Amino acid sequence: MNEYCDVNLTVNGERISERVEARKTLVDFLRDDLGLTGSHVGCEHGVCGACTVRVDGVVVRGCLMLAAQCDGAKVETIEGVSDTGEIADLQQAFEARNALQCGFCTPGMLLTAQELLARDSVPSRDAIREHISGNYCRCTGYHAIVDAVEAVAKARAGERE
Amino acid sequence: MDDAVRLLQEHGDGAKILAGGQSLIATLNMRLSAPQILIDINKIEGLGGIALKDGFIVIGALTRHAEAERSNLVAKHAPLLAKAIPQIGHPAIRNRGTIGGSIAFADPAAELPACLLALGGEVEIAGATGKRTVKADDFFRGLYETAIGPGDVLTAIRLPAATPQMRCGFGELARRHGDYALAGLAASARSEGGKLCDVRLAYFGVGLTPVRPRKAEAALANGDIDAAVAALDGDLDPPDDIQATGKVKKHLAGVLLRRVFKQMVEPRA
Ligand SMILES: Cc1cc2nc3c(=O)[nH]c(=O)nc-3n(C[C@H](O)[C@H](O)[C@H](O)COP(=O)(O)OP(=O)(O)OC[C@H]3O[C@@H](n4cnc5c(N)ncnc54)[C@H](O)[C@@H]3O)c2cc1C
Ligand code: FES
Ligand code: FES
Repeated sequence: MNEYCDVNLTVNGERISERVEARKTLVDFLRDDLGLTGSHVGCEHGVCGACTVRVDGVVVRGCLMLAAQCDGAKVETIEGVSDTGEIADLQQAFEARNALQCGFCTPGMLLTAQELLARDSVPSRDAIREHISGNYCRCTGYHAIVDAVEAVAKARAGERE
Repeated sequence: MDDAVRLLQEHGDGAKILAGGQSLIATLNMRLSAPQILIDINKIEGLGGIALKDGFIVIGALTRHAEAERSNLVAKHAPLLAKAIPQIGHPAIRNRGTIGGSIAFADPAAELPACLLALGGEVEIAGATGKRTVKADDFFRGLYETAIGPGDVLTAIRLPAATPQMRCGFGELARRHGDYALAGLAASARSEGGKLCDVRLAYFGVGLTPVRPRKAEAALANGDIDAAVAALDGDLDPPDDIQATGKVKKHLAGVLLRRVFKQMVEPRA
């Protein structure tokens, strides 16, 4: 499998055309070829969630998708959603509540939490825990993360009223 | 679709189908498998979708777990699946992983193969010689081995749609939410005059394939849950694995049977 494939996709709204090695994962492509190092690489087999990105609107493992499969896809990374301000409130809440320490898990955690918040307006703490169960954090013990996500859910629901 | 089957024929063992990639790419990354070519079936038309047809709920191979999880058709006509799918991995895995991939991969600890077996469903396969349908009881052959041969593509699964008499139950024990189960049980039966008949139990995580404990099924049909739990001793022979010893798994199987039986006989809300 040393073949190459041509891919055309958008990454954070920008059109990209590249030739990629057929076996390269999406997260390696984002980091090595595009210099988008906000998506991290931990376990490389789907367990830790550090590589989380959004493809065509849904959160996926960047290490379990090949770059070659993203032809025609719309890919969004933490850099993109930070720039658009989509999760500014969530990022502030993480900072305010010390929901990050080393920050390794944070990009994946934010994108995963945002997916839940977009679907379920005020999820229970259990639902939040369950939703982030595939994103490992070795520093915070999760409590502060759940606090931050819950606070944002309530704040956003308040704004909608 | 024809191209996929042709490529599989041409490349024999060197070719692998790539569906959701949630198992396959993990094994590639760990260098546990090294196919010469990957045949990505994600853009093949007609392999997705969920439909109710002739008393069956038909789920296309490429249907993502997340889509089935949120499907009203599944909730109404395949309640067993609706109970089981949220237990598969994590949301990001379910966004990408496919129903067909889970069945084809046939991980002995996976939820969906056991559900297919408990419901007495069928698998639709397309191969070089055309299409065929294989019953769940004949589909799972050994560890990661199924009736899918080289050159075959699983195209859909068919599950008998639930009837008002149908009862189902589901339980699993895992160390953490989203982990593969230590042991799990999917079950279906028909309720008739206060008794269960056509009891089908399918354990996962306790053997090389999903396993039907036939003596326990017969005991449950007699309404004797204690005898059914006792019968598991002869029905199951779980090997030790990294998560638990066979002895512990056997014990858990009994715990699960009581829980699942309760779900099946409780009056429905
Ligand atoms: C962290 C993590 C946790 C997980 N937890 C669970 C869990 O708790 N329970 C569970 O059941 N699963 C779990 N999974 C696996 C997940 O459900 C996968 O989606 C599933 O096992 C395989 O589906 P896929 O579509 O990703 O298949 P792929 O990974 O694309 O393929 C798997 C295998 O099946 C073959 N294949 C796929 N589709 C077809 C087809 N249509 N016809 C013929 N062959 C085909 C492929 O060639 C390959 O050999 C987990 C995965 C990860 C990464
Ligand atoms: S690096 Fe992808 S899940 Fe761990
Ligand atoms: S902040 Fe360090 S892993 Fe989560």
